[in-house]
Amino acid sequence: MKTSHVKSTAITPESIEAAGAVAPLAVAEYAVGLGDDALILAQRLGEWIANAPELEEDVALGNIGLDQLGHARSLLTYAASAWGKTEDDLAYFRTEPEFRNRQLFELPNGDFAQTIARQFIASVYFVSLYRALEGSADPTLAAIAAKAVKEVDYHLDHSVQWLLRLGLGTEVSHERMQRGLDAMWPFTGELFSPDPLAVGLEGIAVDPETLREQFDATTARWIAEAGLTIPAAPSVRGGGRGGSHTEYLGPLLAELQVLARAHPGATW
Amino acid sequence: MTSPGESGGRETWPLWEVFVRSSRGLSHVHAGSLHAPDEIMAVRNARDLYTRRAEGVSIWVVPASAITASDPDARGAFFESPQGKEYRHATYYTESDSVPHL
Repeated sequence: MKTSHVKSTAITPESIEAAGAVAPLAVAEYAVGLGDDALILAQRLGEWIANAPELEEDVALGNIGLDQLGHARSLLTYAASAWGKTEDDLAYFRTEPEFRNRQLFELPNGDFAQTIARQFIASVYFVSLYRALEGSADPTLAAIAAKAVKEVDYHLDHSVQWLLRLGLGTEVSHERMQRGLDAMWPFTGELFSPDPLAVGLEGIAVDPETLREQFDATTARWIAEAGLTIPAAPSVRGGGRGGSHTEYLGPLLAELQVLARAHPGATW
Repeated sequence: MTSPGESGGRETWPLWEVFVRSSRGLSHVHAGSLHAPDEIMAVRNARDLYTRRAEGVSIWVVPASAITASDPDARGAFFESPQGKEYRHATYYTESDSVPHL
Protein backbone atom coordinates (compact mmCIF):
# COMPACT_ATOMS: atom_id res chain seq x y z
CA MET A 1 0.00 0.00 0.00
CA LYS A 2 1.22 3.46 -0.91
CA THR A 3 2.10 5.60 2.06
CA SER A 4 1.38 9.29 1.97
CA HIS A 5 4.01 11.13 3.94
CA VAL A 6 1.86 13.88 5.31
CA LYS A 7 3.91 16.50 7.08
CA SER A 8 2.42 16.69 10.53
CA THR A 9 2.01 19.91 12.43
CA ALA A 10 0.98 18.07 15.61
CA ILE A 11 3.22 18.47 18.63
CA THR A 12 5.87 15.79 19.28
CA PRO A 13 8.50 15.27 22.00
CA GLU A 14 11.10 16.26 19.40
CA SER A 15 9.32 19.51 18.52
CA ILE A 16 8.94 20.36 22.22
CA GLU A 17 12.66 19.87 22.70
CA ALA A 18 13.51 21.82 19.55
CA ALA A 19 11.29 24.73 20.59
CA GLY A 20 13.34 25.00 23.77
CA ALA A 21 10.34 25.75 25.97
CA VAL A 22 11.29 25.48 29.64
CA ALA A 23 8.43 24.46 31.90
CA PRO A 24 7.94 26.54 35.04
CA LEU A 25 8.68 24.33 38.05
CA ALA A 26 5.06 23.99 39.23
CA VAL A 27 3.86 23.19 35.71
CA ALA A 28 6.60 20.57 35.40
CA GLU A 29 5.50 18.85 38.64
CA TYR A 30 1.93 18.77 37.31
CA ALA A 31 3.03 17.42 33.92
CA VAL A 32 4.97 14.63 35.65
CA GLY A 33 1.73 13.41 37.24
CA LEU A 34 -0.09 13.34 33.90
CA GLY A 35 2.91 11.87 32.12
CA ASP A 36 3.29 9.08 34.67
CA ASP A 37 -0.39 8.13 34.29
CA ALA A 38 0.13 7.67 30.56
CA LEU A 39 3.54 5.97 30.87
CA ILE A 40 2.43 3.35 33.39
CA LEU A 41 -0.77 2.56 31.47
CA ALA A 42 1.25 2.22 28.25
CA GLN A 43 3.56 -0.30 29.94
CA ARG A 44 0.60 -2.34 31.17
CA LEU A 45 -1.05 -2.38 27.74
CA GLY A 46 2.22 -3.49 26.19
CA GLU A 47 2.04 -6.66 28.28
CA TRP A 48 -0.87 -7.77 26.09
CA ILE A 49 1.22 -7.95 22.95
CA ALA A 50 1.33 -11.63 21.89
CA ASN A 51 -1.11 -12.47 24.73
CA ALA A 52 -4.45 -11.03 23.58
CA PRO A 53 -7.30 -13.35 22.56
CA GLU A 54 -6.55 -12.69 18.87
CA LEU A 55 -3.68 -11.19 16.91
CA GLU A 56 -5.98 -8.32 15.94
CA GLU A 57 -6.46 -7.41 19.61
CA ASP A 58 -2.69 -7.55 20.20
CA VAL A 59 -2.45 -4.79 17.63
CA ALA A 60 -5.44 -2.82 18.93
CA LEU A 61 -4.20 -2.80 22.54
CA GLY A 62 -0.63 -2.23 21.37
CA ASN A 63 -1.78 0.79 19.36
CA ILE A 64 -3.60 2.25 22.33
CA GLY A 65 -0.51 1.67 24.46
CA LEU A 66 1.68 3.42 21.89
CA ASP A 67 -0.67 6.41 21.84
CA GLN A 68 -0.39 6.56 25.63
CA LEU A 69 3.38 6.31 25.37
CA GLY A 70 3.28 9.26 22.97
CA HIS A 71 1.37 11.36 25.51
CA ALA A 72 3.83 10.30 28.22
CA ARG A 73 6.86 11.23 26.09
CA SER A 74 5.50 14.71 25.33
CA LEU A 75 4.49 15.41 28.92
CA LEU A 76 7.72 14.07 30.43
CA THR A 77 9.91 15.82 27.85
CA TYR A 78 8.22 19.11 28.69
CA ALA A 79 8.40 18.45 32.44
CA ALA A 80 12.07 17.44 32.27
CA SER A 81 12.96 20.79 30.67
CA ALA A 82 12.41 22.45 34.06
CA TRP A 83 15.35 20.53 35.52
CA GLY A 84 17.53 20.42 32.41
CA LYS A 85 16.79 16.70 32.10
CA THR A 86 15.30 14.38 29.46
CA GLU A 87 12.22 12.19 29.27
CA ASP A 88 14.50 9.16 29.76
CA ASP A 89 15.90 10.56 33.01
CA LEU A 90 12.37 10.77 34.37
CA ALA A 91 11.11 7.45 33.01
CA TYR A 92 14.12 5.26 33.80
CA PHE A 93 15.93 6.84 36.72
CA ARG A 94 13.27 7.64 39.27
CA THR A 95 12.37 5.25 42.06
CA GLU A 96 8.90 3.94 42.89
CA PRO A 97 7.89 6.63 45.44
CA GLU A 98 8.98 9.31 42.95
CA PHE A 99 6.35 8.16 40.46
CA ARG A 100 3.22 10.31 40.59
CA ASN A 101 0.70 8.18 38.67
CA ARG A 102 -2.76 7.50 40.02
CA GLN A 103 -3.04 3.89 41.19
CA LEU A 104 -5.65 2.80 38.61
CA PHE A 105 -3.02 2.81 35.87
CA GLU A 106 -0.61 0.46 37.65
CA LEU A 107 -3.21 -2.24 38.39
CA PRO A 108 -2.49 -5.63 36.79
CA ASN A 109 -4.17 -6.50 33.51
CA GLY A 110 -6.12 -9.44 34.94
CA ASP A 111 -8.18 -11.10 32.23
CA PHE A 112 -9.20 -9.33 29.03
CA ALA A 113 -12.43 -8.03 30.60
CA GLN A 114 -10.52 -6.51 33.51
CA THR A 115 -8.19 -4.72 31.09
CA ILE A 116 -11.22 -3.44 29.17
CA ALA A 117 -12.77 -2.21 32.43
CA ARG A 118 -9.59 -0.29 33.32
CA GLN A 119 -9.30 1.08 29.78
CA PHE A 120 -12.96 2.13 29.77
CA ILE A 121 -12.58 4.05 33.05
CA ALA A 122 -9.26 5.53 31.93
CA SER A 123 -10.58 6.58 28.51
CA VAL A 124 -13.70 8.32 29.84
CA TYR A 125 -11.43 10.16 32.27
CA PHE A 126 -8.82 11.07 29.63
CA VAL A 127 -11.43 12.36 27.17
CA SER A 128 -12.75 14.97 29.61
CA LEU A 129 -9.29 15.68 31.04
CA TYR A 130 -7.69 16.47 27.68
CA ARG A 131 -10.76 18.39 26.46
CA ALA A 132 -10.41 20.63 29.51
CA LEU A 133 -6.61 20.83 29.24
CA GLU A 134 -6.91 22.04 25.63
CA GLY A 135 -7.94 25.38 27.16
CA SER A 136 -4.89 25.55 29.43
CA ALA A 137 -3.07 28.88 29.66
CA ASP A 138 0.17 26.93 29.20
CA PRO A 139 0.56 26.65 25.41
CA THR A 140 2.63 23.43 25.49
CA LEU A 141 0.19 21.61 27.75
CA ALA A 142 -2.69 22.85 25.57
CA ALA A 143 -1.00 21.57 22.40
CA ILE A 144 -0.23 18.17 23.94
CA ALA A 145 -3.87 17.88 25.03
CA ALA A 146 -5.18 18.93 21.60
CA LYS A 147 -3.26 16.11 19.97
CA ALA A 148 -4.24 13.56 22.62
CA VAL A 149 -7.98 14.28 22.46
CA LYS A 150 -8.50 12.59 19.09
CA GLU A 151 -6.54 9.55 20.18
CA VAL A 152 -8.34 9.01 23.47
CA ASP A 153 -11.68 9.43 21.69
CA TYR A 154 -10.77 6.32 19.72
CA HIS A 155 -9.57 4.49 22.85
CA LEU A 156 -12.95 5.13 24.44
CA ASP A 157 -14.73 3.81 21.37
CA HIS A 158 -12.62 0.63 21.48
CA SER A 159 -13.35 -0.09 25.13
CA VAL A 160 -17.05 0.76 24.78
CA GLN A 161 -17.36 -1.71 21.88
CA TRP A 162 -15.88 -4.45 24.06
CA LEU A 163 -17.85 -3.43 27.16
CA LEU A 164 -21.06 -3.86 25.14
CA ARG A 165 -20.03 -7.14 23.56
CA LEU A 166 -18.82 -8.74 26.77
CA GLY A 167 -21.68 -7.32 28.84
CA LEU A 168 -24.32 -8.48 26.38
CA GLY A 169 -22.47 -11.61 25.23
CA THR A 170 -22.60 -14.95 26.99
CA GLU A 171 -23.25 -15.60 30.67
CA VAL A 172 -19.51 -16.10 31.18
CA SER A 173 -18.49 -12.92 29.33
CA HIS A 174 -21.10 -10.91 31.24
CA GLU A 175 -19.87 -12.23 34.57
CA ARG A 176 -16.24 -11.56 33.73
CA MET A 177 -17.00 -8.03 32.52
CA GLN A 178 -18.85 -7.28 35.74
CA ARG A 179 -15.98 -8.75 37.75
CA GLY A 180 -13.58 -6.53 35.81
CA LEU A 181 -15.59 -3.42 36.65
CA ASP A 182 -15.84 -4.51 40.28
CA ALA A 183 -12.06 -4.90 40.48
CA MET A 184 -11.28 -1.51 38.95
CA TRP A 185 -14.08 0.64 40.29
CA PRO A 186 -12.61 1.32 43.78
CA PHE A 187 -9.76 3.13 42.00
CA THR A 188 -12.01 5.62 40.14
CA GLY A 189 -12.44 7.88 43.17
CA GLU A 190 -8.74 8.73 43.21
CA LEU A 191 -8.92 10.14 39.67
CA PHE A 192 -11.16 12.96 40.91
CA SER A 193 -9.61 13.61 44.29
CA PRO A 194 -7.72 16.90 44.57
CA ASP A 195 -4.44 16.81 42.65
CA PRO A 196 -1.71 18.09 45.01
CA LEU A 197 0.42 18.87 41.94
CA ALA A 198 -2.28 21.17 40.49
CA VAL A 199 -2.39 23.48 43.50
CA GLY A 200 -1.75 27.11 42.54
CA LEU A 201 -2.06 26.40 38.82
CA GLU A 202 -5.50 27.87 38.17
CA GLY A 203 -6.10 28.31 34.46
CA ILE A 204 -3.16 26.02 33.66
CA ALA A 205 -4.01 22.71 35.36
CA VAL A 206 -7.39 20.96 35.32
CA ASP A 207 -9.14 20.64 38.66
CA PRO A 208 -10.02 16.91 38.64
CA GLU A 209 -13.17 17.46 40.68
CA THR A 210 -14.70 19.33 37.73
CA LEU A 211 -14.47 16.15 35.61
CA ARG A 212 -16.48 13.95 37.96
CA GLU A 213 -19.98 14.82 36.79
CA GLN A 214 -19.24 14.08 33.14
CA PHE A 215 -17.48 10.85 34.14
CA ASP A 216 -20.41 9.63 36.22
CA ALA A 217 -22.90 10.39 33.45
CA THR A 218 -20.87 8.77 30.65
CA THR A 219 -19.93 5.64 32.57
CA ALA A 220 -23.47 5.17 33.89
CA ARG A 221 -24.87 5.36 30.37
CA TRP A 222 -22.54 2.77 28.85
CA ILE A 223 -22.59 0.42 31.83
CA ALA A 224 -26.41 0.40 31.71
CA GLU A 225 -26.40 -0.11 27.94
CA ALA A 226 -24.11 -3.12 28.40
CA GLY A 227 -26.56 -4.62 30.89
CA LEU A 228 -24.02 -4.29 33.72
CA THR A 229 -24.19 -2.74 37.18
CA ILE A 230 -22.19 0.20 38.52
CA PRO A 231 -20.18 -1.29 41.39
CA ALA A 232 -21.05 0.08 44.80
CA ALA A 233 -17.62 -0.57 46.31
CA PRO A 234 -16.06 2.29 48.31
CA SER A 235 -12.96 4.02 46.99
CA VAL A 236 -9.49 2.97 48.07
CA ARG A 237 -7.31 5.51 49.81
CA GLY A 238 -5.29 6.39 46.72
CA GLY A 239 -2.37 8.75 47.06
CA GLY A 240 -0.56 7.99 43.81
CA ARG A 241 0.08 11.69 43.15
CA GLY A 242 1.94 11.80 46.46
CA GLY A 243 4.02 8.73 45.64
CA SER A 244 1.93 6.09 47.45
CA HIS A 245 1.45 3.04 45.28
CA THR A 246 0.06 -0.46 45.30
CA GLU A 247 2.31 -3.49 45.48
CA TYR A 248 1.99 -3.81 41.68
CA LEU A 249 4.03 -0.76 40.62
CA GLY A 250 7.45 -2.05 41.78
CA PRO A 251 7.61 -5.10 39.49
CA LEU A 252 6.26 -3.02 36.58
CA LEU A 253 9.03 -0.44 37.04
CA ALA A 254 11.65 -3.17 37.34
CA GLU A 255 10.73 -4.41 33.89
CA LEU A 256 10.37 -0.89 32.47
CA GLN A 257 13.73 0.30 33.79
CA VAL A 258 16.03 -2.72 33.84
CA LEU A 259 17.58 -2.25 30.41
CA ALA A 260 18.22 1.48 30.76
CA ARG A 261 19.78 0.93 34.19
CA ALA A 262 21.94 -2.04 33.18
CA HIS A 263 23.21 -0.21 30.09
CA PRO A 264 22.88 3.54 30.70
CA GLY A 265 22.75 5.50 27.47
CA ALA A 266 22.20 2.38 25.36
CA THR A 267 20.83 3.05 21.87
CA TRP A 268 19.98 0.89 18.88
CA MET B 1 -2.60 -30.27 6.26
CA THR B 2 -4.74 -27.19 6.56
CA SER B 3 -4.96 -24.37 4.09
CA PRO B 4 -3.93 -20.83 5.02
CA GLY B 5 -6.44 -19.09 7.26
CA GLU B 6 -7.78 -22.38 8.56
CA SER B 7 -7.09 -23.36 12.15
CA GLY B 8 -8.83 -26.69 12.37
CA GLY B 9 -12.04 -25.53 14.04
CA ARG B 10 -10.31 -23.62 16.85
CA GLU B 11 -10.97 -20.33 15.12
CA THR B 12 -14.08 -18.71 16.51
CA TRP B 13 -13.91 -15.30 14.84
CA PRO B 14 -14.91 -15.13 11.18
CA LEU B 15 -12.52 -13.94 8.49
CA TRP B 16 -13.10 -10.57 6.80
CA GLU B 17 -11.63 -9.15 3.61
CA VAL B 18 -10.55 -5.52 3.86
CA PHE B 19 -10.72 -2.91 1.11
CA VAL B 20 -9.13 0.50 1.60
CA ARG B 21 -9.54 3.63 -0.49
CA SER B 22 -6.45 5.81 -0.33
CA SER B 23 -6.77 9.56 -0.07
CA ARG B 24 -5.78 9.99 -3.73
CA GLY B 25 -7.53 6.89 -4.91
CA LEU B 26 -10.42 6.26 -7.19
CA SER B 27 -11.66 2.94 -5.89
CA HIS B 28 -11.30 0.67 -2.89
CA VAL B 29 -8.38 -1.75 -3.22
CA HIS B 30 -8.05 -5.09 -1.47
CA ALA B 31 -5.59 -4.59 1.40
CA GLY B 32 -5.72 -7.95 3.16
CA SER B 33 -7.82 -9.88 5.60
CA LEU B 34 -8.35 -10.13 9.34
CA HIS B 35 -10.39 -11.82 12.06
CA ALA B 36 -13.10 -9.99 13.99
CA PRO B 37 -16.19 -11.05 15.95
CA ASP B 38 -18.53 -8.84 13.90
CA GLU B 39 -18.56 -6.19 11.18
CA ILE B 40 -18.20 -3.21 13.53
CA MET B 41 -15.09 -4.64 15.18
CA ALA B 42 -13.82 -5.65 11.72
CA VAL B 43 -13.80 -1.99 10.61
CA ARG B 44 -11.95 -1.02 13.78
CA ASN B 45 -9.41 -3.79 13.41
CA ALA B 46 -8.94 -2.80 9.77
CA ARG B 47 -8.27 0.76 10.87
CA ASP B 48 -5.58 -0.49 13.26
CA LEU B 49 -4.02 -2.98 10.85
CA TYR B 50 -4.23 -1.30 7.46
CA THR B 51 -4.39 2.48 8.00
CA ARG B 52 -1.66 2.98 10.60
CA ARG B 53 0.36 5.15 8.23
CA ALA B 54 -2.50 7.30 6.94
CA GLU B 55 -3.08 5.06 3.92
CA GLY B 56 -6.80 5.52 3.67
CA VAL B 57 -9.89 7.66 3.95
CA SER B 58 -12.44 4.86 3.63
CA ILE B 59 -12.61 1.19 4.61
CA TRP B 60 -14.90 -1.59 3.44
CA VAL B 61 -15.04 -4.96 5.14
CA VAL B 62 -16.72 -7.99 3.59
CA PRO B 63 -17.21 -11.42 5.18
CA ALA B 64 -14.72 -13.65 3.37
CA SER B 65 -17.48 -16.24 3.11
CA ALA B 66 -19.59 -13.79 1.06
CA ILE B 67 -17.01 -13.69 -1.72
CA THR B 68 -17.50 -16.11 -4.60
CA ALA B 69 -14.21 -16.65 -6.38
CA SER B 70 -13.20 -18.21 -9.67
CA ASP B 71 -11.74 -21.70 -9.38
CA PRO B 72 -7.91 -21.47 -9.30
CA ASP B 73 -7.63 -25.05 -10.71
CA ALA B 74 -9.72 -24.12 -13.76
CA ARG B 75 -7.40 -21.27 -14.62
CA GLY B 76 -6.60 -22.65 -18.05
CA ALA B 77 -10.09 -22.92 -19.42
CA PHE B 78 -11.18 -19.79 -17.64
CA PHE B 79 -8.49 -17.29 -18.56
CA GLU B 80 -6.55 -18.64 -21.53
CA SER B 81 -9.20 -18.52 -24.22
CA PRO B 82 -8.21 -14.92 -25.18
CA GLN B 83 -4.81 -16.37 -26.28
CA GLY B 84 -4.44 -15.86 -30.01
CA LYS B 85 -7.30 -13.41 -30.12
CA GLU B 86 -5.15 -10.31 -30.42
CA TYR B 87 -7.90 -8.63 -32.41
CA ARG B 88 -9.56 -8.01 -29.06
CA HIS B 89 -6.83 -5.48 -28.35
CA ALA B 90 -7.30 -2.22 -30.20
CA THR B 91 -3.83 -2.42 -31.79
CA TYR B 92 -4.93 -2.07 -35.40
CA TYR B 93 -5.83 1.60 -35.22
CA THR B 94 -3.24 3.95 -36.70
CA GLU B 95 -2.27 7.01 -34.74
CA SER B 96 -3.21 10.26 -36.38
CA ASP B 97 -0.41 12.82 -36.76
CA SER B 98 -2.81 15.63 -35.89
CA VAL B 99 -3.49 14.18 -32.43
CA PRO B 100 -0.22 14.76 -30.57
CA HIS B 101 -1.17 13.67 -27.07
CA LEU B 102 -2.86 10.32 -27.52
